[in-house]
Amino acid sequence: MNTLVHLQNVSKTYTRGVQKVEVLHGINLDIAAGDFVALMGPSGSGKTTLLNLIGGLDAPSGGSIDVGGERIDQLSENALAKWRSAHVGFVFQFYNLLATLSARRNVELPLLLTRLSGAQRRARADIALQLVGLADRAAHKPGELSGGQQQRVAIARAIVSDPALLVCDEPTGDLDRQSAAEVLTLLQQLNRDHGKTVIIVTHDPKAAEFARHTVYLDKGALADAGVRPAA
Amino acid sequence: MKYLQLVWAALLRRKMRTLFTLLSVVAAFLLFGLLDSVRGAFAGAGSSVNGLNRLVTISKITFTMQLPKSLLERYRAVPGVADVTYANWFGGIYQDPKNFFANEAVSPNFIDAYPEWRLSAAQRAAFRNTRTGAVVGARLAQQFHWKIGDRIPLQGTIFPQKDGNNTWTFDLVGIYTVADPKQKAQENALLFNWDYFDEARAFGNGSVGWYVVRVADPARADAIAQAIDAISVNSDHETKTQSERAFQLAFVSQFGDIGLIVGAIMAAVFFTLVLLTGNTMAQAVRERIPELAILKTIGFTSGSVLGLLLAEAVLLLVCGGVIGLLLAGSVAAGLEAAAGFVFPPIVSSLAVWARSLGLMLLIGVVVGALPAYRGLRLRVVDALAGR
Repeated sequence: MNTLVHLQNVSKTYTRGVQKVEVLHGINLDIAAGDFVALMGPSGSGKTTLLNLIGGLDAPSGGSIDVGGERIDQLSENALAKWRSAHVGFVFQFYNLLATLSARRNVELPLLLTRLSGAQRRARADIALQLVGLADRAAHKPGELSGGQQQRVAIARAIVSDPALLVCDEPTGDLDRQSAAEVLTLLQQLNRDHGKTVIIVTHDPKAAEFARHTVYLDKGALADAGVRPAA
Repeated sequence: MKYLQLVWAALLRRKMRTLFTLLSVVAAFLLFGLLDSVRGAFAGAGSSVNGLNRLVTISKITFTMQLPKSLLERYRAVPGVADVTYANWFGGIYQDPKNFFANEAVSPNFIDAYPEWRLSAAQRAAFRNTRTGAVVGARLAQQFHWKIGDRIPLQGTIFPQKDGNNTWTFDLVGIYTVADPKQKAQENALLFNWDYFDEARAFGNGSVGWYVVRVADPARADAIAQAIDAISVNSDHETKTQSERAFQLAFVSQFGDIGLIVGAIMAAVFFTLVLLTGNTMAQAVRERIPELAILKTIGFTSGSVLGLLLAEAVLLLVCGGVIGLLLAGSVAAGLEAAAGFVFPPIVSSLAVWARSLGLMLLIGVVVGALPAYRGLRLRVVDALAGR
């Protein structure tokens, strides 16, 4: 399999007041295209920071990050924003849908950055909603949907522009067991049937079971051998 | 246009808050539309091209001092003068003091000096030939349901008759109209024959309130004005001759410096509006930090987010401003109808709209600037982490 994500000696340091905190150090990690990876580790181990770096939401303090053949650590803020819109889909714990927009309009959001016409945007949003099983809820606003449904709308928003990479930060952290299983199954389908590379951050070992591989982080470094096949 | 849905969505997030903010913008621009119309109308008093060839001669001491009627022929003899007419303020009351309108005793040729007033030849002749004849503007006739042949009694407030009677009765012989819709307020006047007035009044006989001098060539108006004033120099009735525009400006300035008053009121209104709307916008953006972070996450650049937030503020101001100005237009029309002859016409003009639109954009950018800057500087990872 081709390597989609290649991290070499990546470090990340934050400044808190006068204090410098090194959150990640010496991270070397390869993730193959089409893989489904769970990032696990205790709180404060740097999982979300690592995910943000891979997703191009933050820049590393040192090292290099190559995603899909592009050195994203060298991109400017604007170039990184454009890169994200084309190559990465994001799913968060709290869905972060715009409350005043319908599910369809929420899903359409990333497509506003493209040259697609209104009708084309709408058609693609409907396809994405169909993929997540919410075609019949397209006109509903987030407040009219359950937590699991909202997260599926968020997943539809993440895949609508057909990115190669999906990064998910605790996507089931706010869901009951059944909804969590539905969301994880959906992510698994997207990985298996549509070839999306999926990286999720989770505390939940049961959620990690849906991944092909698990990466353990501890105190800002990869634990043990790093990537391990899921149990 | 495709981003408009986002801007609307943001404004509709807190409907009641947006509604109240919108109402404050509406109120501010309603006030601005009205006051700027009034200021513009006062500033443009007498600027109609119809008045370019008319000079007004009054006493140099005060507008209310009378001038000898004997000056009439001497003015007519000044080279460049086409015609001279004269008039006297009467100040009569019709039925109730609240029924205020201009009423003046005028010379037989007074109406000829105002070609913009339309009066049929028959009615013009009737006015000349009827000693107690009067003509009124169409608006005034409509207001009091007067028709030709009606007898109109006015209660004198300045001039009693020689027999002590204070009631002056006039026969309505003509109704004039003014073609220019912006000058319609001139139809709120009653004019009657000066000869009848002068013969019957108890005092001041043989004197006039002011002269209106028509000049053949407006370019020579200054020289003619100087020549007219020279006639009375060093006499007990020195005069001041000025263009009709200057005369009307001087007249309305009696009410105070309208521009300064309007400017001060509007400065206070808009200062309050900036504080109010700015606070609302700042609060709205503060509440939407996670949403803005999501927009940035999915690829909106900092510039796009800045633009969206500015557009939100500008849209709110433009919507409220346009509604306020439309309301101001209706109210201004009502005021114009109610205004008396002595007031310049009140209009909600294109210039008012242009100034208002400029203000809407400016205030929108000012109130949106700080929240938009916050959106510009927003770090996605911090915002998503709730920091």
